[in-house]
Amino acid sequence: MPDSPNLARMNLMEYQGKELFRRSGIPVPRSQHALTPEDVAAFVASTPGEWVVKAQVLMGGRGKAGKIKFATSADEGRTVAREILATPMPPNRQNPKGEPINSLLVEEKLAIRTEAYCAIAIDRAAKKPVIMVSRFGGMDIEEVSEKHPESIAKFYVDTAIGYSPFIGRELAFRAQLDPGYRRQLPGILGSLYEMFFRYGAKLVEINPLALTADGDVVASDAKVELDDDALFRTPEFKEWHKTLPLDEDETLASNAGLGIRNFRRFPGNVGTLANGAGLAMATMDAVSNAGGAIANFLDVGGGANAERVRNCYELVVNSTGATAFFINIFGGITRGDEVARGIVQAMAETTSRKIPLVIRLTGTNEEEGRRILAEAGMQPVETMDEGAREAVRLANAASAK
Amino acid sequence: MSIYLDKNSKVIVQGITGAEGSYHTERMLAYGTAIVGGVTPGKGGQQSKHGLPVFDTVRDAVAATGATHTCIFVPPPFAADALFEAHDAGIELAVCITEGVPVDDMLKVVGTTHGMRIIGPNCPGLISPGRASIGIMPGHVFKEGNVGLISRSGTLTYEVVDGLTRAGLGQSTCVGIGGDPIIGTTFVDCLRAFKNDPQTEAIVVCGEIGGSDEEDAAAFAAEHLRDVPVVAFIGGRNAPPGKSLGHAGAIISGSFGTAASKIAAFEAAGIPVAERPSDIPRLLSERMAAFA
Repeated sequence: MPDSPNLARMNLMEYQGKELFRRSGIPVPRSQHALTPEDVAAFVASTPGEWVVKAQVLMGGRGKAGKIKFATSADEGRTVAREILATPMPPNRQNPKGEPINSLLVEEKLAIRTEAYCAIAIDRAAKKPVIMVSRFGGMDIEEVSEKHPESIAKFYVDTAIGYSPFIGRELAFRAQLDPGYRRQLPGILGSLYEMFFRYGAKLVEINPLALTADGDVVASDAKVELDDDALFRTPEFKEWHKTLPLDEDETLASNAGLGIRNFRRFPGNVGTLANGAGLAMATMDAVSNAGGAIANFLDVGGGANAERVRNCYELVVNSTGATAFFINIFGGITRGDEVARGIVQAMAETTSRKIPLVIRLTGTNEEEGRRILAEAGMQPVETMDEGAREAVRLANAASAK
Repeated sequence: MSIYLDKNSKVIVQGITGAEGSYHTERMLAYGTAIVGGVTPGKGGQQSKHGLPVFDTVRDAVAATGATHTCIFVPPPFAADALFEAHDAGIELAVCITEGVPVDDMLKVVGTTHGMRIIGPNCPGLISPGRASIGIMPGHVFKEGNVGLISRSGTLTYEVVDGLTRAGLGQSTCVGIGGDPIIGTTFVDCLRAFKNDPQTEAIVVCGEIGGSDEEDAAAFAAEHLRDVPVVAFIGGRNAPPGKSLGHAGAIISGSFGTAASKIAAFEAAGIPVAERPSDIPRLLSERMAAFA
């Protein structure tokens, strides 16, 4: 099959997740998405009350970082918005780079009686969606599963039957939730389950799921991860795609015409390229086994033609610390002679800096492929291990200069 | 014998008139696979360029040809529907080559298509060397013999098989189970089938980071394959956490799905893990000699 490059990553911001909750019938607090301190001030002025102003980022730990603040007047709203936007989210264990803050959510402050946790995720081993509920709301769920694993009640849903309210009732009892949740949880989980499949999610999480002083159950936060492969179902989110940044490696991959999973950088000096994800991983491992330091993972996919190879070569040379480049092709359907011509043409065309190449080409039409490379002055090697050793030697020699 | 596929298996191709479907149908026919027809809605009654009958529905194709196997080459948005249709028509084994099938679609498919074996999606297919091939594997790399091979990837499979073939170790059946998070047939399913296959005398498992399929395979082998030589390989020892590498399913989540965990599981089961693909033929020969 041809590659289907994923051009977007859909981990949603809180305000986007809550918009999906709203459309799916899951109760959320009144709120307004805001881009500037003036927007915040104007909204608070027009709708008096007690408000929470929350930074819109994908990483967690906003409260600890001082990125969630309260406001009861327009002036206060403007001031706290400025404070939040003044600096990016600082790095933490989960995200060592931090994250820029580009927008805010102004939300009704809830009078909270208690908080719980619920989520739907995919269990690979069971091959089923798993609904999880815990009485420890508002805490990092990884921490909860370390400290109180028994507190997380799980239900593996048979997709042939789907969701039924008994599941929510059972989970509320098993998780020992405050009795105030019992009546509303089954409906909320049903809506969450429907939403999971409607939008093609990989994870939907409500943490915390608040029980208010008035007895209402409300989604106080929203974490939604959509499957990149299901984005064709939601063309209405095209605008959102732009607001959800790819990371640097994903952006580079996408610009080079690769799928966003097909390229990843590392700190080493041996560049790699292989056809197929499994072979590309094995190629990295071969470099490492040969005592080398990997500069990148790159799966070139099926058709390794000249343009593809050139783009990949330039991507690695210009964005990593590679001082030698190991190309490892197993010609299955892809013919060795075609790949060889592609490499020769790519190297003739590229205007990027030249680094030593080591080419391992085997499989269909391998002799013809090696002959073409040798004629162009390139030295093909016979095996993956030999290629890895040679690439490490050349990279280290070049780096030592 | 072989598992899942032999030369008498009657195969149809869903998407036979598309570019990929047509090209690979030609290759499968050349390999000797008993392809008896194809399905393209709206083109029923025509003949494919290979001279095969084309049907509008899988039900028509099965009724007219007696097909039991299907190979699916349809775009990702339609793959789940193609699998449901195959199941409804009574197909026994479906190979889904398509990459990029939404994972929630696969949750529904695997939860509802009981009785039909699914290989994939996002897989190269399966081959019983010398007899038949369903999918996109390059037939000339393979050689008939007694080694069963299971892998999550395509080109790595060819790499490993090439080494086996050069070392004189032919294969009974090779199954590419696919690189997605939710797949139809797992390593354990294949191990169970190999255990019951008289032709298969030794097994190679090529895993990679992500999920727990390899750990499950190790546990199964420890219990049920004590008398069978097995060798494993795990790709992605140098993978970082939290990011997929090429395959959607090749992702380490926290401390879960690491190469170290998988290697430890195989070693605890007494199964040697090759450090390099090139070590596999030697390790396997040693195991076979030890078991002889």
